[in-house]
Amino acid sequence: MAPAPHDFRELRLDGVCRAFGHVNALHDVTLSVGRGEFVALVGPSGCGKSTALNCIAGLLQLSAGAIWLDDRRLDDVGPEDRGFGMVFQNYALFPHMTVRRNIGFGLAAQHRPKAEIARRVDEALALVRLAGHAEKLPGQLSGGQQQRVAIARAVVMEPPLVLMDEPLSNLDAKLRLEMRAEIRRIHSMLGCSTIYVTHDQEEALSLADRIVVLIDGRTRQIGTPEELYTAPANADVAEFMGYRNLVASDAEPAGDGVMVTVGGGRLPGTPMRPLGGRVVVAIRPDDLRPVLDGPIVATVEIAEYHGRDFYAVARAEDGTDLYFRSERRIAAGDTLRLGAPPARVLVYPA
Amino acid sequence: MNGEKPRLRWRLREAGLDGVTLLVLPGVLFVLALFIYPFLYGLGLSFHPAKGDWLANYRRFFSDPFLWRTIPTTLLIAAPVTVLNVVLSVPVALRVRRMRRQRLLTTILVIPITLGTVMVAEGLLTYLGPRGWLNRTLILFGIASGPVHLVHNYWGVMLSLLISGFPFTFLLTLSYVTGIDPSLEQAGAMLGARARQRFRHILLPLLAPGLAITLALAFVQAFTVFPSAILVGDPAGATRVISIAAYQAAYEQFDYSLASAIAMLMAGVQVVIIVALLGARSLLFRGPASSGKG
Amino acid sequence: MPKSLQERLWALAVWALVAFFVVNLLAMIAAVLVNSFGTRWFNTWLPAGFTTQWYAFAWNEFGLPSILWVTVEVVGAVVVLSGLIGVPTAYAMARRSFPGRQAVMFLFLLPLLVPPITYGIPLATVLYQARLAGTIWGVILANLVPSVPFVILIMIPFVEQIDPRVEAAARVFGAGTGRLFVQVLVPLLTPGILAALLLVLVRTIAMFELTFLTAGSDSQTLVVALYYAVFAAGVRPGQSIDAMAVVYMVTTLIWLLIALRFVNPTQIVTRAKQ
Repeated sequence: MAPAPHDFRELRLDGVCRAFGHVNALHDVTLSVGRGEFVALVGPSGCGKSTALNCIAGLLQLSAGAIWLDDRRLDDVGPEDRGFGMVFQNYALFPHMTVRRNIGFGLAAQHRPKAEIARRVDEALALVRLAGHAEKLPGQLSGGQQQRVAIARAVVMEPPLVLMDEPLSNLDAKLRLEMRAEIRRIHSMLGCSTIYVTHDQEEALSLADRIVVLIDGRTRQIGTPEELYTAPANADVAEFMGYRNLVASDAEPAGDGVMVTVGGGRLPGTPMRPLGGRVVVAIRPDDLRPVLDGPIVATVEIAEYHGRDFYAVARAEDGTDLYFRSERRIAAGDTLRLGAPPARVLVYPA
Repeated sequence: MNGEKPRLRWRLREAGLDGVTLLVLPGVLFVLALFIYPFLYGLGLSFHPAKGDWLANYRRFFSDPFLWRTIPTTLLIAAPVTVLNVVLSVPVALRVRRMRRQRLLTTILVIPITLGTVMVAEGLLTYLGPRGWLNRTLILFGIASGPVHLVHNYWGVMLSLLISGFPFTFLLTLSYVTGIDPSLEQAGAMLGARARQRFRHILLPLLAPGLAITLALAFVQAFTVFPSAILVGDPAGATRVISIAAYQAAYEQFDYSLASAIAMLMAGVQVVIIVALLGARSLLFRGPASSGKG
Repeated sequence: MPKSLQERLWALAVWALVAFFVVNLLAMIAAVLVNSFGTRWFNTWLPAGFTTQWYAFAWNEFGLPSILWVTVEVVGAVVVLSGLIGVPTAYAMARRSFPGRQAVMFLFLLPLLVPPITYGIPLATVLYQARLAGTIWGVILANLVPSVPFVILIMIPFVEQIDPRVEAAARVFGAGTGRLFVQVLVPLLTPGILAALLLVLVRTIAMFELTFLTAGSDSQTLVVALYYAVFAAGVRPGQSIDAMAVVYMVTTLIWLLIALRFVNPTQIVTRAKQ
């Protein structure tokens, strides 16, 4: 079977399920990825995002559902016949082969002419800025360089789709930022569709065209980074996207919005879904600020200086712990009033 | 002078020598006294034959066909069964690695190792004898017309070495196979390599150093086959292995000098084989069988 | 991974091989078991009748009570002594890097790599010079030769996985070396010691060569007595030999099952893998 053609229209997951014993790791996932698109699969650990990636790769068999590349059904095709590129979390470089042989491995497996392999490996090395390291063994490279080899090995075959499984999780913070920029650069140069798994929402926001949030094996929201950041579809997604203040409340209609109670204070919020009775209020720490006439009265418990501002935890009058930011100097024991713009107080049904 | 003492003590401690280090002494002295000394004693004894000059034992061994032929006889048993055990172990270990419940199988396989060669020999005598279950089965299915003679000959020893040797090589190979990061093979598959190519270019090179050690250990065990060569073999003929010659010299002719010489030759052959295998191993890739730093 | 037909056939072949091996192995053990309980067994699948008389016969005829007692003495002494010598040595090997550590490590590996029959004959000669050959102490000393290094090599990783800071903490709180060993290290090392000693126990019960080369007529262990019984087959009824084999098997396998509760089967083999 010939490798998948470079120009496809879309990869489609249709009701994909995967169970391990009695545990459903992936439940009815439906998703389509267009050509050239960068899609991030995110979620807390154990949410099934790596399972989903392995199903797409062909490393795991589906329990139910189907995977299509345009009109070609993929889920009975072995990983070696799908023709996708993959970057593994631990890079999975062949430790006994030089960088050159690692990158050329797939081309050699296809019995391409030696000259062609050498030329394409050199191009890939140049792309990831590793020319000059071709004859080293992976063990002689730093973590960031190994990462570049893994990327070069995945893209040298010019695959229609590149899969990346938490590729930056083994790097330190500084290198992670650097490699993030590298990945963005390589993606824009090659334009290959990419599915990127990460547990780091910031990484997903900065890289992806579209983000898929998986929680407990189910798709909870699919949207652009802006949509996910500003308007999570439900409280679980909000929690994952950094809405640290999640408070149970009751709601009363008031004009366009609703009035909710947070930490003993009444404040207006924006209903995200039709409400009835009990609700959950979600506010980002960045949106909760000390204001003179804020409705919530709270006492600062911990204040951490973060350079430009303070990140703090305060206990409200009713005992709720609230996370917020302050540009003004504050210290533990201070009592202050907190408030948030109504548009940034998101209200979900409980 | 008083000031020198603590400083010397600190210097020794820096070099790793202090009271705790002395705890190795009982173990070291024990091995020196009961392993190294007897070995050297035996080496010396082998050069003091009952009659003749200092090399008389070795000359006698290599001129008496009844003695020197034990080396080819032993090699003829040990070499094929070792290679067979290792060659069979690799595909089985690769398969068992993916099994979720390995424990039952590994437990069953550890039984023959635990029972030891004497028990396996007695089991084979009962099971493979002319009226045993195996021959009955072969005749029942028409595979053989009469009882197949599988004990008291070359094949009896081969089978006993297969039964006690295969679990050994298998468990050793399994431990090497499980040391290989599974994502390496997955990476190979993602790059389009077929199962055969993945085995040839990824698994085999990473497994080879471990296989060299397995081969060496398994060979040394098979080369010193003793009770089963007597009990299920033909100890006067096709399975007169070198350990029988050494045993007879010591316990039947009471010629400890000749017996020591044969034991030294046995050790010598083992050393040659091991050095050859490990020398071949040093030519192979010996880094970690997992990728990168993760 | 989704598998091709070829891969499925290959997997089937491998499983068939494993099944063939396991079936023959179990049938071999079953044959010994059935024979030991059979009255007369001639040209049939099963014996004509069943009896326990061969066990009584073996008990008296082979002198099993004294053999079993010798076995218990030898195995017990080997287990205790190899633990007493091996555990402190392993502790020092794991905690200190001193000049010559590599050489000492190699010294401990040798008795495990060299097969017993090779060093058994010189060892028996030396024990004979020391007038220990044929005595139970000769048998115990000979069996200690592979057991002490075995305990050391099994224990080193167990010691290494104990954080040295735990010991430092105990010392900071004023524990002397003796108290440190008894109150901190031994409890932490118990699983490892148990595993190592159980493995020594199983290996010593089954150790044929060294015992065979050093034992006298009243210092034989069960496995050596079984060898002599099989060697002299024809003198006594075959069923009685199998009865003795069953006694040996049960003794060994019970301890194996106990040992397997604490160790992984692969550990029994991979002692010397470096």
